Amino acid sequence: MNANKNTLASWTWMALAFAFLYVPMFLLIVYSFNENRLVTVWSGFSTKWYGELFKDRQMLTAALMSLKLAFVTATTAVIIGTMAAVVMTRMGRFRGKTFFSALITAPLVMPEVITGLSLLLLFVALEQAFGWPEGRGFTTLWIAHTTFSAAFTTVVVSSRLREMDQSIEEAAQDLGAPPWKVFFVITLPIIAPALVSGWLLAFTLSLDDLVISSFVSGPGSTTLPMVVFSSVRLGVSPKINALASIIILIVTLAITIAGVLMYRLEKKREREMEQAVAEGQQQALSTSP
Amino acid sequence: MSKPSVLKRLKPQPRWFVIGAPYLWMFLFFFIPFAIVFVISFMKPAIAMPPVAFEYDLAGNIELLTKNYTRLFDLDDLLYINAYLGSLKMAAVSTILALLIGYPLAYAIARAPGAWRQVFLMLVILPSWTSLLIRIYAWIGLLKNNGFINNFLMWTGLTDSPIQMMQTDFAVYIGIVYAYLPFMVLPIYTNLVKHDPTLLEAAADLGANRFTAFWKITVPLSMNGVIAGCMLVFIPAVGEFVIPEILGGPDQLMIGKVLWQEFFNNRDWPVASAVAITMLLVLILPITIFQRIQNKELEEGK
Repeated sequence: MNANKNTLASWTWMALAFAFLYVPMFLLIVYSFNENRLVTVWSGFSTKWYGELFKDRQMLTAALMSLKLAFVTATTAVIIGTMAAVVMTRMGRFRGKTFFSALITAPLVMPEVITGLSLLLLFVALEQAFGWPEGRGFTTLWIAHTTFSAAFTTVVVSSRLREMDQSIEEAAQDLGAPPWKVFFVITLPIIAPALVSGWLLAFTLSLDDLVISSFVSGPGSTTLPMVVFSSVRLGVSPKINALASIIILIVTLAITIAGVLMYRLEKKREREMEQAVAEGQQQALSTSP
Repeated sequence: MSKPSVLKRLKPQPRWFVIGAPYLWMFLFFFIPFAIVFVISFMKPAIAMPPVAFEYDLAGNIELLTKNYTRLFDLDDLLYINAYLGSLKMAAVSTILALLIGYPLAYAIARAPGAWRQVFLMLVILPSWTSLLIRIYAWIGLLKNNGFINNFLMWTGLTDSPIQMMQTDFAVYIGIVYAYLPFMVLPIYTNLVKHDPTLLEAAADLGANRFTAFWKITVPLSMNGVIAGCMLVFIPAVGEFVIPEILGGPDQLMIGKVLWQEFFNNRDWPVASAVAITMLLVLILPITIFQRIQNKELEEGK
């Protein structure tokens, strides 16, 4: 008996688990097309809630704010996260490394209420002492989001850095390339897919955050989750179903496209490398007597 | 071969910058804030901006400074203690449920045919890329008295009147397991796929049945993944605010909710800070365990 095959029981378990994960979202989407105001009572097909959604000024402003914030956050988080990942995987030991890795991994699990409260108190203290940041708004949201997303990008990038073939870096270094050149010419193209996934992860984390944002945002900087939350607190509303369906659609599309693109790039790189090796071998053969 | 390292030592500036920049960021925005929370937890609320002030007398009565903490552990008013115990119970039960669902799932994915593994894994991760708020919101429609589950049960005739599910512990468990399941599956899967299948074959050759082989080989080997997964669920769940707020009711007293209310409703920053510091102390052991494992994984070069 092959010990490495799934039994019927484990296939069934997998099917049930996926049903658990996807049925709620499926129902959410189906009922966004419900004409009835009572979300769970079906009374006919309608797209009117999507229309209502796009007439909601407050929600649109918040959505725009969240997208802008997520874009800026993801970009900064990838830069900081990549640097931290290089430090974790390539710098060897240095004084204070244990503390450094603690600082990098703690945000992964830290309850959001603690992170949110402590960042707010920091911003208030900074403003008290130096007059910066002036009030709370985009800047404080950006700093807060970058801080927790950077921890996640670090994990994504460093796992790629660890798995890649480090002998290429060593070869470049032996040929006299300075460390920065090795990184930008050799390492960066190889870890590029991880940077993309890290960026996307940070983007969605920022787009999704409610708790930390509630602490560090100010008047005039309301994010989309904050608007959704205040609406959800009052109960279900078909408009939220419509919004949820749009978000699920965008995320699914983005992930699928990114996945396919990265898969193709990877294949292309592999082909090119094989080709280069083959050519090198041929050259070696033709020059040797 | 020693040339690169000499070069590196001659030009230390870029290295220091690469280490220094993320270090400084995390130190300033992740470590310093805790120090400030710690200080404020010894203050008292005041009508000022920021609304806190120190309360002390020259005789050096320490009680005035620590009264936020004595309030948390006041045996006459068990609100805070109950909230801590409630959170720990909620988080522990949810973690066990997530493990019971997640381990077999990770195991099944790890044993699926090669090309399918990535697809199944993607299907596990995909929900966590959509909004948490929306995924929790989806459960209101399922769990409420005139929701899908109750409608279905009443249609089949299994019950005559709706079963109360919203605002119960059950709803919060469902919410936490639903939201955190990917975080349980991922580390366990990552661990399981690395296992050497020849170990199981050897066990089978020596006469072990599948169950014995699984229990004696696979489970002990996957312990690191299991612990990492449990910590990734348990620690954030203790401080969870959104899920008990949306799916739970007044009975689901959880410390994240209490902190939120102290801060936003009562505007009592010092007590909120004391709640945060105490929560950190409760979580320091699980966080340390998680970091041990995480760092081992991060540094485990080839």
